Amino acid sequence: MKVPDWHADGLTEKDCAPEETYLNRRQLLAAAGLAAASLLTPRWARAAGRFDTDETQTPFEDVTHYNNYYEFATDKITPAKLAEGFKTRPWTVRVDGLCQHPKTWDIDELLKKFPQEQRVYRLRCVEAWSIVVPWNGFALAPLLKAAGPLPTAKYVEFTTAADKAQMPGLSYPALDWPYREGLRLDEAMHPLTFMVSGLYGKPLPGQNGAPLRMAIPWKYGFKGAKSIVRVRFTATQPATAWNDAAPDEYGFYSNVNPKVDHPRWSQAKERRLGVLFKRPTLMFNGYADQVASLYEGMDLKKNF
Amino acid sequence: MGRFQLAVHAACLAPLGRLVWRGTHAGLTANPVEFVTHRTGDWALNLLVAGLCCRPLARLTKDSRWIKARRPVGLYAYMFACLHFTTWFWLDKELDVSDMLRDVGKRRFIMVGFAALVLLTPLAITSTTGWIRRLGKKWGQLHTLVYPAALLASIHYIWLVKRDERGPLTYLACLLFLLGWRVWVRVAR
Repeated sequence: MKVPDWHADGLTEKDCAPEETYLNRRQLLAAAGLAAASLLTPRWARAAGRFDTDETQTPFEDVTHYNNYYEFATDKITPAKLAEGFKTRPWTVRVDGLCQHPKTWDIDELLKKFPQEQRVYRLRCVEAWSIVVPWNGFALAPLLKAAGPLPTAKYVEFTTAADKAQMPGLSYPALDWPYREGLRLDEAMHPLTFMVSGLYGKPLPGQNGAPLRMAIPWKYGFKGAKSIVRVRFTATQPATAWNDAAPDEYGFYSNVNPKVDHPRWSQAKERRLGVLFKRPTLMFNGYADQVASLYEGMDLKKNF
Repeated sequence: MGRFQLAVHAACLAPLGRLVWRGTHAGLTANPVEFVTHRTGDWALNLLVAGLCCRPLARLTKDSRWIKARRPVGLYAYMFACLHFTTWFWLDKELDVSDMLRDVGKRRFIMVGFAALVLLTPLAITSTTGWIRRLGKKWGQLHTLVYPAALLASIHYIWLVKRDERGPLTYLACLLFLLGWRVWVRVAR
């Protein structure tokens, strides 16, 4: 049995394990348990700076005062005010579904178990603006591996908090609450897929998705679910909030793609916050070298 | 100019003053271009609705000064519409006419917004006393174009938003109410 080579310097197509390799790895994990899982923790998880962009970082003030977080409000300015004092303790994250070791993690236990690192990622919003953020957190893959996904698990569903007492936006049904997102298992396992618990070295502010959110830098920002309470392995493609609300406008994949326009506006260009004129949007938000192979042979216009 | 007229001008210019003040006091949010685009669009719509309120207000208060307020209110609405368009054409389309026209043809929300601006243009031009005299009866007919223009502007807004349509639908409701009132007055007479 060949263990996939996550150690390669510079990710190539080979680094993205084909499905059958995943299945093998899952069987291996099942046999050897968590000890094997920790041996398999690849070097990229420890090495800092591998995936960092050196572009100008969007100021902390802008990253934390321009937020789409409909559970608080549907404009981008008031979530910062409304999320002030958002209580994130106690907080648990349930990892379950098609896996061998379902577990309810206490947030502090989770953050201690998976060592924090920094990733400077681009974030491209589906509304054609973008930012560069130094996130703090940990790669999702080790957390998923610790749960021991079953061979039948093909997708991962993320469910987020819907606390009416703390989130005034929930009283208006802008979306079908709670907000849900999802990834294919190989996307979720990708080394770029990141669980965020902070930014600029500070704990994550409420309006940015405290205490735990996702950053999937090659997808539109809304794929990065905020204030996550549950991670579930599923056999079929999970329903996601924006896809449910407007299936012709927000696809399950929602990979950043300058050639596939939103039905109502162009995605060819974007406005980087702090820069006056727009810049061209890059395929997979500039992460094509790392992720394009995940979608080989797929019609990205159809699977938008 | 009377105190009433002065108040009308002040009220219509206040939002522009506020934008300038915000601009010089770092108050335009993390995305100033979007903020200015949205605010100028909001005020174009606000003043279109306000202009259409003048006639019912005149009747309600039996005060003809409201009728005189229509011209400045309408012209300020056109000013905000032009600022709104210019912000987009300059900072989004970089003054590229063919790129701008391509978007007008391709995006339905831009098409109806652009149509509203086009419809308002002859109304702004013929707002002078000279044109009112010259056109006579036709002036009133020409200026009924403000109804389709305002409706198109509100549809432009409805088609733009992602999900929460409460704001734009409020404009549409106001416009339909004001239109309905006029139809009712005409039928009753």
